[in-house]
Amino acid sequence: MTKLLEIKNLSVGFDTSSGQFMAVQGIDLSVDAREVLAIVGESGSGKSVAMLAVMGLLPKTATVTADIMTFNGHDMLTMTSKQRREIVGRDVAMIFQEPMASLNPCFTVGFQLEEVLRFHMKMDGKARRKRAIELLELVGIPTPAERLNSFPHQMSGGQCQRVMIAIAIACNPKLLIADEPTTALDVTIQKQILDLLVKLQAEHGMGLIMITHDMGVVAETADRVIVQYKGRKMEEADVLSLFESPKSPYTRALLSALPENATGDRLSTVADFMKNEAANAGVAP
Amino acid sequence: MSEIVLEGRNIVRDYHVAGGLFGKAKTVRAVKGVSFTLEKGKTLAIVGESGCGKSTLGRILTLIDPQSEGELLIDGKPINIAKDRVTPEMRRKVQIIFQNPYGSLNPRQKIGEVLGEPLLLNTNKTAAERRELAMQMLVKVGLGPEHYNRYPHMFSGGQRQRIAIARALMLSPSLLVLDEPVSALDLSVQAQVLNLLADLQDEFNLTYVFISHDLSVVRYIADEVMVMYYGEVVEYGTREEVFSNPQHSYTKTLFAATPKSDVASIKARLEKKKAAA
Ligand SMILES: Nc1ncnc2c1ncn2[C@@H]1O[C@H](COP(=O)(O)OP(=O)(O)O)[C@@H](O)[C@H]1O
Ligand SMILES: Nc1ncnc2c1ncn2[C@@H]1O[C@H](COP(=O)(O)OP(=O)(O)O)[C@@H](O)[C@H]1O
Ligand SMILES: [Mg+2]
Ligand SMILES: [Mg+2]
Repeated sequence: MTKLLEIKNLSVGFDTSSGQFMAVQGIDLSVDAREVLAIVGESGSGKSVAMLAVMGLLPKTATVTADIMTFNGHDMLTMTSKQRREIVGRDVAMIFQEPMASLNPCFTVGFQLEEVLRFHMKMDGKARRKRAIELLELVGIPTPAERLNSFPHQMSGGQCQRVMIAIAIACNPKLLIADEPTTALDVTIQKQILDLLVKLQAEHGMGLIMITHDMGVVAETADRVIVQYKGRKMEEADVLSLFESPKSPYTRALLSALPENATGDRLSTVADFMKNEAANAGVAP
Repeated sequence: MSEIVLEGRNIVRDYHVAGGLFGKAKTVRAVKGVSFTLEKGKTLAIVGESGCGKSTLGRILTLIDPQSEGELLIDGKPINIAKDRVTPEMRRKVQIIFQNPYGSLNPRQKIGEVLGEPLLLNTNKTAAERRELAMQMLVKVGLGPEHYNRYPHMFSGGQRQRIAIARALMLSPSLLVLDEPVSALDLSVQAQVLNLLADLQDEFNLTYVFISHDLSVVRYIADEVMVMYYGEVVEYGTREEVFSNPQHSYTKTLFAATPKSDVASIKARLEKKKAAA
């Protein structure tokens, strides 16, 4: 079976005043339809940059290289930017950490939803409005018809994130990329949004890439996990194996730094762990 | 005999919010009658979702804002900054640390000066003494003398939080209010800062009020836990009581919503998913 998204040896470099900076270095990654892949790593590990490269959303200072990058059988390395624009937003959609910043403050929620439907689905006004109400209902917004006339600032952070999800799934995407979708939200709202994403993923048979720095979010959502550190892949495993028997020293370090895994009075830190690993292996850290 | 360092009796805080163009001015009650006692050397954690009044309470406890009603007692002495003159001794005793230390560090001030400033303003120590104490404090928080002449932008988020902690400790306070001190930090850095706070508490017998929305951190660090909901305390007890036997429905909701990363929970989730497919 072919993968929904398949990437081999992805690297992304940025031109900076002090030469080239490699933000992503030789990442392999694939997602099946109906699968939840989590990409976890600390800030700056290249999670967002890798996904923005797939979406073709990086600035001109970025150099993207890969041996293979296919989506649903299409070669994304050779396609024209027009072909890419048709796919991105329709078949692959992305949601971001700050829902307030991703929604346009000057337009109503209804307008922003209908705009996506107009561009990608070529629906007429009446069909768009009907579908917009349906979508808001799907993501759990009460009185959806009234909400169409609201501006983003009139809604809470959690509700804005629901609207972002509605926009993202408007065209029934095959793949949804959620970049830290709950990092800015309270834990009770986080739970609702994660449950919603996983439910939509299952019901619509989407692939879902969940980008996060939070091991708890991984544990609650993922089928499979990629652990990333300084632009490189440290480990890839199904979610249970990752938590039960992590292979990479870095993954073990991350898990032992979780307060809930504290043994005794002190937390182990990633630095301690790397030092011990190196000492046990008989090499200098 | 244990000694009560901090006590609140029915502390209330109202904000008067000006109305919009045609709206009426209104009063928001952000803290609705909070009472507690805290013993020397212990950690009280305050949890609750954003907007529930945690920071407002934290600013009252550290004498930045006055309470609107109720009593605040530090070392058994009542104090209301709206009425009483705050002595330098009182100011010295209570310090606060914020989530984003960068915002509270002057970008043009070298770290050595940042640390020396509280001594300059509040003591008669000479420049040489201030320098020596700042150097010692840098080492204490896991930085080094080589950082003395550097500027804030040259530090990572975790290092800046260490600097903020160092600055707060320069006047040897007895009480530290930490307002989401690790919320902006990566996991590995969070672990280092939490270890540092535990070491400093042991060494100086510090009392902490630790404000957080992260229950796994609270469970690790707290002796006592207070859960706030819309300005009210809905749950207050020892860590064991609150975590093993939560009483209020909001506390239960909070626990239920906290992600579980133990193997048994993951197994249960996967099995449920398989059954539904
Ligand atoms: N436009 C850019 N120019 C230069 N460097 C960048 C740019 N965007 C991101 N980076 C750098 O790439 C690295 C990875 O960033 P990112 O993918 O955003 O990390 P994260 O894992 O937190 O999502 C970081 O060091 C970041 O500073
Ligand atoms: N200076 C202020 N003026 C008016 N309202 C305020 C002010 N500061 C906070 N509030 C309000 O008081 C409530 C509690 O805020 P805060 O103490 O910051 O909550 P938390 O720290 O728990 O997120 C919120 O409703 C907030 O909007
Ligand atoms: Mg990112
Ligand atoms: Mg706050």
